[in-house]
Amino acid sequence: MKKSALPDPFEEARVNKGYGEMDDQNDPVTMILGLKDLRKCAHNWKTFQSGAAPGRIVIPSEVNIRDTRQIPFEVDPPEHKDFRALVEPWFKRPLEADYKAVLTQQINDIVDEVLTEDSVEVVEGFSLRLQSRALTLLLNTPYEESETWISWGTHVFRSEGEALDGDKANILYDYIDERITKAIESPGNDLYSMLLAATVNGKKLTREEVKGVMILTFAGGRDTVINAVTNSIAYFAEHPESLDRLLNEPDITGKAVEELIRYFSPLTQMGRVVTEDTQVCEHAIKEDTRISLCWASANRDAKVFENPNDIVIDRKINPHVAFGFSHHNCLGATHARQIMNILLTTLAKKVKSINIVDYKENIEELGEFKRKVGYDNLTVKFNGR
Amino acid sequence: MAKITFITTDDKTITLEGTSGSVMQLAVDNSVPGIDGDCGGVCSCATCHVHVAPEHIEKTGAASEIEEDMLDLNDYSNERSRLCCQLEISEALDGLVLQVAESD
Ligand code: HEM
Ligand code: HEM
Ligand code: FES
Repeated sequence: MKKSALPDPFEEARVNKGYGEMDDQNDPVTMILGLKDLRKCAHNWKTFQSGAAPGRIVIPSEVNIRDTRQIPFEVDPPEHKDFRALVEPWFKRPLEADYKAVLTQQINDIVDEVLTEDSVEVVEGFSLRLQSRALTLLLNTPYEESETWISWGTHVFRSEGEALDGDKANILYDYIDERITKAIESPGNDLYSMLLAATVNGKKLTREEVKGVMILTFAGGRDTVINAVTNSIAYFAEHPESLDRLLNEPDITGKAVEELIRYFSPLTQMGRVVTEDTQVCEHAIKEDTRISLCWASANRDAKVFENPNDIVIDRKINPHVAFGFSHHNCLGATHARQIMNILLTTLAKKVKSINIVDYKENIEELGEFKRKVGYDNLTVKFNGR
Repeated sequence: MAKITFITTDDKTITLEGTSGSVMQLAVDNSVPGIDGDCGGVCSCATCHVHVAPEHIEKTGAASEIEEDMLDLNDYSNERSRLCCQLEISEALDGLVLQVAESD
């Protein structure tokens, strides 16, 4: 098994039953594993809702550690649409030329820097720094803010060995509270100020709603991007020929980004709360239990993807759901895609090869399944062209 | 060379000329409102959804099964729906008229 491979632990259950089961703090989850079933459930927000008790659709459940509703993530249509309409133009800014230029400069700088080092621990030393700096662009806050976010380390929500840690999550919540207060006192051009000035359905957003959007932007965009970037470095370490291809055929870069994200599926699954007794794959599902939309499994569904367990760097038809599907599809996808696109272009230009020195895999325990989602640490040496 | 006309959701008509690549790329390169092409054309995002003019169904042919599955769960799709990243520009598409589909 290659060090960079992410095996598919769901195959047998997906093929034989179409669903899996896991318990999570006595609130069990039926995991939807096939792509077609998953899409149907994701689309059917009336039966499979997001707007349940705050934290309940997240697995592991966060019901016991927070009361703030994340927006638009934990809101269903029709209100969902109004919140999305408010924030969507802001989250499309990564397509603008200026944004792209600054992001390119940031990524150039960090790649140049790691090329001078004897070895680099990628998770903390590369991915977290790259992700944090890029996030200053998305929030339109000063670059220096990224220093604070980097200092939190990768596990802003948990202590060593603990899945969930309310105290640690408070660091983020307190920080966001403080920034909101600052933006109220002296409004600027950042996301906090935009949200504070905004109205939805003729009503100003409340402080709590602004907080919900900001927490989500931090939480949703952190581990996902860090895993996507780290896993890409591991992949290129074992596939230098792909760096050469990207250099010689830059036109395939967009397809490569989609394929890496399909294969890595940085967000394994997301839950929904069931509002009525129903059935999926001939399996009865009770009201007030949970299902999960298992993006990582659906993205390996052999009924849809040829050679699903291979990275086909220029895969042409790739109807993956790594960014979700239907109403709640990823708001940060434009930003994430832009990061990945520029990262691949920059690596191809500057890096000849990468050697893996040491690594520890990050394995998620999901009931009967164990899924590698990335690395706790990955030490490599970058070699320049 | 093919002339392709887009009718936007607010009824503006935009006619473009293309020689190669996908219809989605042509629309994105020329900033046709409502065609975003988020996934770059790999059939994953449905932000390139159009309705083919009834008289032009023959020009474009039918959607593949994978494309069909995407469209099935789209609230704005009809029997003339296509994801235009899956339409390759060629002489055969000359004169094609596409209505940009609504989205949320
Ligand atoms: C490769 C990186 C990323 C992946 C794979 C990813 C994946 C996903 C997925 C699968 C969903 C759907 C959740 C659901 O249906 O319940 C989602 C939603 C969301 N993501 Fe991402 N995400 C990524 C990066 C980001 C970034 C960078 C941000 C923002 C900084 C972000 C913010 C959000 C938000 C706000 C939502 C909720 C949207 C809604 O409910 O309408 N994500 N993401
Ligand atoms: C207040 C909101 C959130 C909190 C408090 C939170 C909390 C956590 C915690 C505690 C972990 C570590 C779990 C573990 O490793 O045991 C984690 C990991 C993760 N979260 Fe969240 N989360 C939030 C929202 C989100 C959202 C909205 C997304 C995506 C749309 C997301 C994506 C992820 C991903 C991809 C991981 C990485 C899993 C791994 O590398 O092990 N999170 N989050
Ligand atoms: S551009 Fe994404 S499906 Fe056509």
